[in-house]
Amino acid sequence: MREMNVSRIEAAVKQACREMAVYCSEDILKRLKQARDVEKDERSITAVEMLVENARIAEAEQIPLCQDTGMVTAYVHIGQEVHLIGGSLREAVMRGVSEGYTENYLRASVVRDPVFDRTNTRDNTPAVLYCDITEGEEVRIELTAKGFGSENMSRIAMLKPAEGLEGVRQFILDTIHRAGPNACPPMIVGVGIGGTFDQSAVMAKHALLRNLDEENPDENYRALETELEEKANEMGIGPMGLGGRTTVLRILIEHAPTHIAGLPCAVNICCHACRHREVIL
Amino acid sequence: MRTILLPMSEETRKSLKAGEAVKLSGTVYTARDAAHARMLSDCEKGRSLPFPIENAAIYYVGPTPAKPGQAIGSAGPTTSSRMDRYTPELLDMGLRVMIGKGRRSEAVKESIVKNSAVYFVACGGAGALLSHSIIEAEPVAYPDLLAEAVVKLTVKDFPCFVGIDTDGNDIYEMED
Repeated sequence: MREMNVSRIEAAVKQACREMAVYCSEDILKRLKQARDVEKDERSITAVEMLVENARIAEAEQIPLCQDTGMVTAYVHIGQEVHLIGGSLREAVMRGVSEGYTENYLRASVVRDPVFDRTNTRDNTPAVLYCDITEGEEVRIELTAKGFGSENMSRIAMLKPAEGLEGVRQFILDTIHRAGPNACPPMIVGVGIGGTFDQSAVMAKHALLRNLDEENPDENYRALETELEEKANEMGIGPMGLGGRTTVLRILIEHAPTHIAGLPCAVNICCHACRHREVIL
Repeated sequence: MRTILLPMSEETRKSLKAGEAVKLSGTVYTARDAAHARMLSDCEKGRSLPFPIENAAIYYVGPTPAKPGQAIGSAGPTTSSRMDRYTPELLDMGLRVMIGKGRRSEAVKESIVKNSAVYFVACGGAGALLSHSIIEAEPVAYPDLLAEAVVKLTVKDFPCFVGIDTDGNDIYEMED
């Protein structure tokens, strides 16, 4: 049994909030730079160049890449040999987010109630928190802070099994097409296929945490990702929606067993500011 | 590339064509969802708007808090379509320039044509870069809305494209 004070989790969350707001990760930046060479139209080139320069400025001046510093989702995987001490895990995560946002000049973007009281909570809490128990004696924290320009363009469909692969293809591409310029393309697209209604959405968001250079371990889904990326990039939406080849930087799919009657498919659209961090304690 | 001074004349607005890259310099007011809702509800109650709307420019932005020494934090455009339901009324009251990102509704386009207004699109996700083109920020109204408060900005060489021009041409519907 390993004892761990939740203050370590709080500190890790706080630091991750700041880092993911400011740094554009290498895998994304590399693809933005490649897009600059692929685009032909002057406006599209200008848009990509601005995004590359934006990443440089954000890092140099330690300011957020985008003013929408997102709503935090935290996935905490707790090894079953770990005994957490020092207070509530949930409160530690929320304190980490609160301090991470208020002390680092990040935007507070969360309101108290979606319908009846849209008052800003002032510290970007609460975050969405998913916990699970794993083997071993580590605590692994995955954190993301999704902006809502792209979140708003996300969709979920309960497809019929008969619609199959073609239905999945169409729904994903249609969602990207509808998102168009509103989602700050080039986009990164997380997809969850299978499971239940809710599980498909959780998978779609979690897929966005994958490094863009990492291949899907499943051969079928790997091929589907590549095929859909090519089709999406033929739509002509392009950087900033001004036309061009680079509409998506990557499509990332997670999948799970599902019910005999169902084929859930969730598509979580993300802009190039695809903030995520992983910390192992 | 043309530099456009704000506020601008109707003649200048009519000279702008969708797709043209421009730089904007002058005064713009920030307002997004909550500020729009409050401005129009204030109007209904007979109160005046928090800034002179005649020939004004609104930038759809909710910046991050400024660090010490900064005029403003990261400040890129938010999705304009969320403001569509409020926009025709503001255009009829005198609003003439909007800056944001993404598509507008048909009703907004019609109102843009009717009022000879212009919609500019800035680069979504380039909040750090765009903050360099904002040299002053002065709070105007609704401080309780935090990032959604109305702030008077002075912009200098703010880069954007003409999104919808006074004839209703749309940058997102142009052929390559």
